[in-house]
Amino acid sequence: MSEALKELGAHIREALDDKVLDAAVRYGELTLRVERHAIIEVLSYLRDDAECRFDLMIDLCAADYPERGERFEIVYHFLSMHNNHRIRVKLSTDEETFVPSITGIFPVADWYEREAFDMYGVVFEGHPDMRRILTDYGFNGYPLRKDFPLTGYVEVRYDEEQKRVVYEPVQLKQEYRDFDFESPWEGMRALLPGDEKAKPADEPEQA
Amino acid sequence: MAAETKIQNYNLNFGPQHPAAHGVLRLVLELDGEVVERVDPHIGLLHRGTEKLLEHKTYLQGLGYFDRLDYVAPMNQEHAFCLTIEKLAGVEVPPRALYIRALYDEIGRQLSHLLNVTTQAMDVGALTPPLWGFEEREKLMVFYERASGSRMHAHYYRPGGVHQDLTQSLLDDIYAWCEQFPKVLDEIETLLTENRIFKQRNVDIGVVTQEEAIKWGFSGVMVRGSGLRWDLRRSQPYGVYNDFDFKIPIGKNGDCYDRYLCRMEEMRESVKIMKQAIEKMPDGPVLETSGKVSPPRRGEMKASMEALIHHFKLYTEGFHVPEGEAYCAVEAPKGEFGVYLVADGDNKPHRVKIRAPGFPHLQAMDWMNRGHMLADVSAILGSLDIVFGEIDR
Repeated sequence: MSEALKELGAHIREALDDKVLDAAVRYGELTLRVERHAIIEVLSYLRDDAECRFDLMIDLCAADYPERGERFEIVYHFLSMHNNHRIRVKLSTDEETFVPSITGIFPVADWYEREAFDMYGVVFEGHPDMRRILTDYGFNGYPLRKDFPLTGYVEVRYDEEQKRVVYEPVQLKQEYRDFDFESPWEGMRALLPGDEKAKPADEPEQA
Repeated sequence: MAAETKIQNYNLNFGPQHPAAHGVLRLVLELDGEVVERVDPHIGLLHRGTEKLLEHKTYLQGLGYFDRLDYVAPMNQEHAFCLTIEKLAGVEVPPRALYIRALYDEIGRQLSHLLNVTTQAMDVGALTPPLWGFEEREKLMVFYERASGSRMHAHYYRPGGVHQDLTQSLLDDIYAWCEQFPKVLDEIETLLTENRIFKQRNVDIGVVTQEEAIKWGFSGVMVRGSGLRWDLRRSQPYGVYNDFDFKIPIGKNGDCYDRYLCRMEEMRESVKIMKQAIEKMPDGPVLETSGKVSPPRRGEMKASMEALIHHFKLYTEGFHVPEGEAYCAVEAPKGEFGVYLVADGDNKPHRVKIRAPGFPHLQAMDWMNRGHMLADVSAILGSLDIVFGEIDR
């Protein structure tokens, strides 16, 4: 299975040489890394080529890597029923850069792109209806970004006096605790938790 | 001469609370008389931020959220998450656990199809099928409870196996249920399959061609109803599905009626799988035993210091999954349910994307309903097999 996927990856690289940055097989899954502007071309090729025939779009999602320069990754999953294999295609983008919408070649991408926009704020250029989809009417912010707090910013309740649901800033009786289990045993690091506090005092001496 | 009348399209709000909406769905319908011109589904009313929550929970804590996605077939979802973790962490699952998983996956399929077939009948006006179907669902939920302690939100599968072993008496009872269930299906079929009203409401309604099914990312019964022979249990088998002898029922016309027939037939095939799973079930452990991803047994902890440490570490810190990304899918009752997991080597996932089969199916409401009558909206919605837990996540 892996061998066949490697060959397929090489085949695709050969055909789309300058558009595919990387083709790798890990855990028995083929992943392509492609140029953002060439996504429609690549996916059209994957759909129509006889050895690929990835004509069923399974999934589209974004993922956030705040430490990278282009922090968002858009991940497409495709399935070929004819050849019974799957492929993952990835491209990267940031908050400002638009990503070409693939609704023209895969109409199913419509809601998936709306979801990625809703959750991460990635705008898909050429999408017919770029509205929010899962969050509340009038919602602000992009909840799946890593810098969005788990508790959110607003909470709702029914107000007996105003006879309607009101929005209020979220109030926590207790700070949300995200337990960080740094283990000193597994994956021993030179720096133990707490050690960094001792550093600044040491440095002047060394200098 | 009659006065000139101005004809205007009529906008109708369907839901958010409507018995035929199968949960909380708001449809904005644009009607020309009684003919549907456009459907705009507004979803997200049950959005609970599952994917965000999963990024803040250890793998074991996160597992419970999968029960709450498609809450009519909880264990099938857990299976997908466990498969993904096992793939990344390289965990071997003992054979008995694989058979137990297959057995409970099929129970989940029965639960889901029983609910869908009978409530779809209710959507088009039949009241008796749900009563008969729910009686069987109740029995199945008792099997859930006897295995996991919970009727619905089981939290029973674990990376590396299942949480508890099944007793022989439970297996015997499930087998006895399998013996009598086809008769119940026959009875439900006498109410529906040749029923004139049911056929009038479903035949040639919501037709999906094979090309459309692929174009719109359908899976499960939605593609099989159109005649595509595609079932992940057969084409990309996971667990022990290779060991079972079962058929994949497919439809011909791709309408609501064919999808109903497919589901009925799938329940019969599912019974066969359940019986085979019980017959072939080997003895042995039900959970991986190295102690790295699964807790030691209670008895060991009483005597072994090492086991006690493992137990403590697993339930506080949890296990770490090596860096990498994987996508695993199972044939859930509603279609392909997949989990895309990005692990960063920590005890929590970096990103989990849940691929719910109902999401693209509901998206198709717009073009499937165009040109149909208002009354067909609920028939089509019913045959899509929508559960909002998984669509809104």
